[in-house]
Amino acid sequence: MSSTSIINLPNQQTARMPKNHYLNSGYGLKSWALTLDHKRIAILYLLTTLFFFCIGGLMAALMRLELLTPAGDLVASDTYNKLFSIHGIIMVFFFLVPIAPAVLGNFLIPIMIGAKDVAFPKLNLLSYYIFLIGGFFELYSIIWGGVDTGWTFTTPLSTHYVNTNVISAAMGIFIAGFSSILTGLNFVVTIHRLRAPGMTWFRLPLFIWSYYATAIIFILATPVIAITMVLIAMERVFGIGVFDPALGGDPILFQHLFWFYSHPAVYVMILPGMGVMSEVVGCFSRKRVFGYTAVAFSSVAIAVFSFFVWAHHMFIMGISNYSALVFSLFSMLVAIPSAIKVFNWSATMYKGSITFETPMLYAFSFIGLFTIGGLTGVMLASLGMDIHMTETYFVVAHFHYVMVGGMVSAVMCGLHFWWPKITGRMYPEQLGKLAASTLFIGFNLTFFPQFILGYLGMPRRYHAYPAEFQVLNVMSTAGASILAIGYLLPAMYFLWSLKYGAIAGSNPWQATGLEWQIQSPPLKDNFEEIPVVDFEAYDYEWLANKTRHEVTNVG
Amino acid sequence: MDSQVIANDPEETQSAHEHSPHLVHHYATMDQQVESASFGMWIFLLTEIMFFGGMFMAYLLYRNWYYDAFVAGSNLLSIQFGTAMTTILIVSSFTVAMGVFCSETRNRKGLVAALSLTLVLGISFLCMKGTEWHGIYVEHHVPGPNFSIETFVHPTDARDVPMSPDAAQHTQIFFFLYFALTGIHALHMVIGCSVLIFLLIRARQGAYTDGNPTMIHNFGLYWHFVDIVWIFLFPLLYLISRHPLK
Ligand SMILES: [Cu+2]
Repeated sequence: MSSTSIINLPNQQTARMPKNHYLNSGYGLKSWALTLDHKRIAILYLLTTLFFFCIGGLMAALMRLELLTPAGDLVASDTYNKLFSIHGIIMVFFFLVPIAPAVLGNFLIPIMIGAKDVAFPKLNLLSYYIFLIGGFFELYSIIWGGVDTGWTFTTPLSTHYVNTNVISAAMGIFIAGFSSILTGLNFVVTIHRLRAPGMTWFRLPLFIWSYYATAIIFILATPVIAITMVLIAMERVFGIGVFDPALGGDPILFQHLFWFYSHPAVYVMILPGMGVMSEVVGCFSRKRVFGYTAVAFSSVAIAVFSFFVWAHHMFIMGISNYSALVFSLFSMLVAIPSAIKVFNWSATMYKGSITFETPMLYAFSFIGLFTIGGLTGVMLASLGMDIHMTETYFVVAHFHYVMVGGMVSAVMCGLHFWWPKITGRMYPEQLGKLAASTLFIGFNLTFFPQFILGYLGMPRRYHAYPAEFQVLNVMSTAGASILAIGYLLPAMYFLWSLKYGAIAGSNPWQATGLEWQIQSPPLKDNFEEIPVVDFEAYDYEWLANKTRHEVTNVG
Repeated sequence: MDSQVIANDPEETQSAHEHSPHLVHHYATMDQQVESASFGMWIFLLTEIMFFGGMFMAYLLYRNWYYDAFVAGSNLLSIQFGTAMTTILIVSSFTVAMGVFCSETRNRKGLVAALSLTLVLGISFLCMKGTEWHGIYVEHHVPGPNFSIETFVHPTDARDVPMSPDAAQHTQIFFFLYFALTGIHALHMVIGCSVLIFLLIRARQGAYTDGNPTMIHNFGLYWHFVDIVWIFLFPLLYLISRHPLK
């Protein structure tokens, strides 16, 4: 029976680049700009989001430079306001939200479920262009004077008091929001309707479950921020006040609407990373992911819970004590499904045959940093702590541990893991390990001091600070420069590997997912023949038996 | 077998099953394709509910806070006008449903007639909406610098209680929500009518009546959804708590 399975382990040494694949199925600008191939669209997204990442990163670098000294000497406070606003807006809406779903999701979801493409390829391309237009609006507002409201667009500051490009920035987010909605819609329909024969829900890779949960958040939460951004723009243009207390409006209503999206969006920025983890941890421990069903449902649970916790961003904004209590409780409950995942990954590694390839190093980094980020989140969810910590660097450190320590590690992990599949070539392993370690060290050096700074009371969003905080700030800035090396290094060797990397072959990691059973880079249509799935996900034990059996046969 | 070996032969599986002319290559069967399209449409409508949801939430909150201002604002809207618009939309829902029926029974003339009627009804709704907006504009009830609270402080209708200038300011919020809700609803109607024109041109050439009614079906869902939004807007903006008809 097992011999009929389609899992195979071709010899890596003799691997050659396939003759036809999606990268050479057409040349020229038009074949990329008008492509309906989900893999090429993923590449387009990758380049665009990385471009935005560079802008956001540059802003962060300038901020860390300013904070090297207690006095506000490098940039004026106005400029500093613009720096952190642009950093936040770009990193959240134009990097973290799209990078994992639109890049890794677009590339992998159809292949992992055994489909030739996403359900609506044209919609997929459209959503890329919508994203691009949103990005142009954002670039416009940055280049022509910037925006200084912070990424949270707090009213009535954003509607009445600042004189920067709030309207174009809000419209950029509004437009990019539709790209998220359409991507989410595409993924949900694809996962529901395009699974290969035999690919039941519980044979799906856990990656798919995470992305499914992400897509649900996209669909339900993004429309709310879209309409909120429209209301902000209308309020600025026409001077009427839904959110303006002077005219009887309620700024708290804005907070509710904004965080109703933006809290679930935080899970958009972590759930895909958790999906990557399940794949990588299973593969490099050579074991089936422990508690498959629990991990699968914890993704859905996180998505559901995420809609009932938004007011934890508003504890000091004058919401009633009773609702604060309830939201505090719900926020702590989110820790349960998150912890289920962390425990299950640890249990997967327990007694596994762990190897330490680069993706696995990033996975370790993710699990550790996400745990710290998550636990400090529980601290912030408790009301008393939150009142002490709100608007301090503690909060900044907390969400950077989740978003950068967690999500960026996961994205790097995923990029390294699937790089052979995407390009057909291996990255240099030793440099990869070096970069992963650099990232981990640099990250901790940057953000751990910020926990202490925040606890000692240093507020966020100021360009100057009392001299006693300087040592920790210098540490943080030093860490940021190490972190930058951790990003530049992979950028360079990835580019290098495009031409000089070793040929990867179809299954360099000897993994069990469907994506590893086809050539790398894949064909334009992924599968020559839609596979019939007759095996469970992560069947590494079976694979090990098979290999052992073959060896004894030969011997 | 090594998948790389299979992978290099592009023509191998083409003959396996026969293809409907409407089948897009990445779907296995026509059923799968049709189901995906309508499932996608339902999800899109779900996002639309959330989109309007934010504004309904704002309406609910401010109605609760500024009840008198909302009643006073609502009293200025013409109930006859609103009823007429509602009737038009309900009839247009019927004609769209007839269109779906005609495209399923492969009746080209019927489909063209039903879609044309729907288009006429949709455009007349938009015209009426425009007239109503114009009326509000003439009376200086468009929120913004030209907004006048005169009619609320010194009402002409004997049944209205005069409001203090402060409270009357809050009618601006009513009218802002009125414009936001009806404006975005009208935007959906405009998009609907544009798609309708496109469908009409294709339908005249015989599309959708050749055994592939999916597009008309999904458009019908959209149109019904936009109608249903209005069915909620009508009572919220025109009907509840107002004083009786003259
Ligand atoms: Cu939150």
